[in-house]
Amino acid sequence: MEHIILDVCYLVASVLFVIGLKKLSHPDSARRGNLMAAFGMSAAIIATIFFHKNDAGEAIGNLGWIIGAIAVGGVIGTLTAKKVKMTDMPQMVSLFNGMGGACAALISLEEFGHFSASLEHSLGTGLSIMAGLIIGSVSFSGSMIAFAKLQGIMEKSPRLPLGNIINSLVILATLGSGVYLAIAPEMAAPWMIYGLFAVSLLYGILFVVPIGGADMPVVISLLNSFTGMAAAFGGFLYHNQVMLTGGILVGAAGTLLTIMMCRAMNRSLTSVLFSAFTVTGGASGTAGAQGTAKEMSVQDAAVLMSYSNSLVIVPGYGLAVAQAQHAIHKMAMMLEEKGVTVRYAVHPVAGRMPGHMNVLLAEANVPYEQLKDMEEINPDFPSTDVVLVVGANDVVNPAARHDKSSPIYGMPILDADKAKTVIVMKRGMNPGYAGIENELFFYPNNYMLFGDAKKSIEKLIEAIGAL
Amino acid sequence: MTEIFSSLSTHIEMIYIIILSIFVGIEVISKVPAVLHTPLMSGANAIHGVVIIGAIIVMGHAESHNILALVLGFLAVVLGTLNVVGGFVVTDRMLEMFKKKK
Repeated sequence: MEHIILDVCYLVASVLFVIGLKKLSHPDSARRGNLMAAFGMSAAIIATIFFHKNDAGEAIGNLGWIIGAIAVGGVIGTLTAKKVKMTDMPQMVSLFNGMGGACAALISLEEFGHFSASLEHSLGTGLSIMAGLIIGSVSFSGSMIAFAKLQGIMEKSPRLPLGNIINSLVILATLGSGVYLAIAPEMAAPWMIYGLFAVSLLYGILFVVPIGGADMPVVISLLNSFTGMAAAFGGFLYHNQVMLTGGILVGAAGTLLTIMMCRAMNRSLTSVLFSAFTVTGGASGTAGAQGTAKEMSVQDAAVLMSYSNSLVIVPGYGLAVAQAQHAIHKMAMMLEEKGVTVRYAVHPVAGRMPGHMNVLLAEANVPYEQLKDMEEINPDFPSTDVVLVVGANDVVNPAARHDKSSPIYGMPILDADKAKTVIVMKRGMNPGYAGIENELFFYPNNYMLFGDAKKSIEKLIEAIGAL
Repeated sequence: MTEIFSSLSTHIEMIYIIILSIFVGIEVISKVPAVLHTPLMSGANAIHGVVIIGAIIVMGHAESHNILALVLGFLAVVLGTLNVVGGFVVTDRMLEMFKKKK
């Protein structure tokens, strides 16, 4: 009877995961989808605690430890997730992803003890344990590096001269020793499994360190699908259907999502992962030849915007860093009262994650209808009076359209330069996250408004109010 | 070689699940709008927290005198719970903002 309840719970959970994911891909049903998946997860966890039996027919023991651990994890998880600022969401996802990876690795570490002690070694079991350990560890250490980069703890992305070769050697050594331990566990000294654990962690670090901060969303999405696969190997190991379906679902969906993100940047996954995003001589050379950028005062900008018919706001990571989403919405509402049509142009990779800007602006109560996708808004730029670029840079660099020597050549961009006037809010003339000059700043219709995004917008609000 | 084939046939049901799940995973999110990429990634992140079930099983069958196993298992359950709870709560917070406003 008990195993029937368990099986039914697992079945229900698996179906809820699928429906949950499906609902998550539509704005109206997304929240319900998330709750359904969470409900499925709770059912699976509770059923496992009370009804699971291993092959020998033993029920789950150490109940106090388990419930204690869930309580500790639950409280910490809820508090951190509730307290985190909306701008810090991407690194939070990375952090929680790393926790899952570490969990998978620890399971494998423990199971290897049982595996090497048993007399009969099934190759499938051995390989599942090793795969869970290696993938889980890589996902953990990689996610921690991604977290450090997004949090600003780690700013550089050093690429060793022989980096790709060194990485290849490390991963070959990791996979080789993994296979060896799976085939001949009885020959292994106890330290070897910990050695493999350490080498896998090292690989995760080497894998992510050379990748620039702007590409972290892609990396997090990829590591997310890695953790999914690690969970699936756990399911294979325990013949546990819900772990298998949940893990594979995320593994497949995560891989697809990673590819979709790369496509939005017009880059291939391999170029994100294995080649440095270098600044070529050509890109910096053209910028030098174009003279200086013109500056505009807050007063002038306020007048210009107030008396325009249409304004398009292009938000970028600078908006998130400055926490300016509420201020910009307030400014937009003031302008709307003056009869200006305000819209927001959201580039697919604006911010640090696809959809990052939408989440931020939604937090500030910006109506959903004012947020426009790149394809939707691009034809409207030539008839737009003013474009206000807030903390965005590379996504409005016209070099992507025509300069073949530019590293971002071919990336779809917002055609902000085609508007009558462009005002770029920026802290200084430093190049953007990709490290390249933006020729837009030197265009005749472009003006710079220097300063912290939030402070500048607050000054603009004051100036508009005084008009 | 025969060992590989025989293990293939003993696990054939699992292999069916794997292959079909791959197709479901791809199909289910293939029409997602870019707006929802971040919440979707976060939601998927919470779902792979299902790995916690493995942690519960390991912990549940650890010998109570094996301190190392208990500590590792405890840690695994804590981390898995963080992944599940944190993942779902963060996703919910993101989605809360997509509520229809009037």
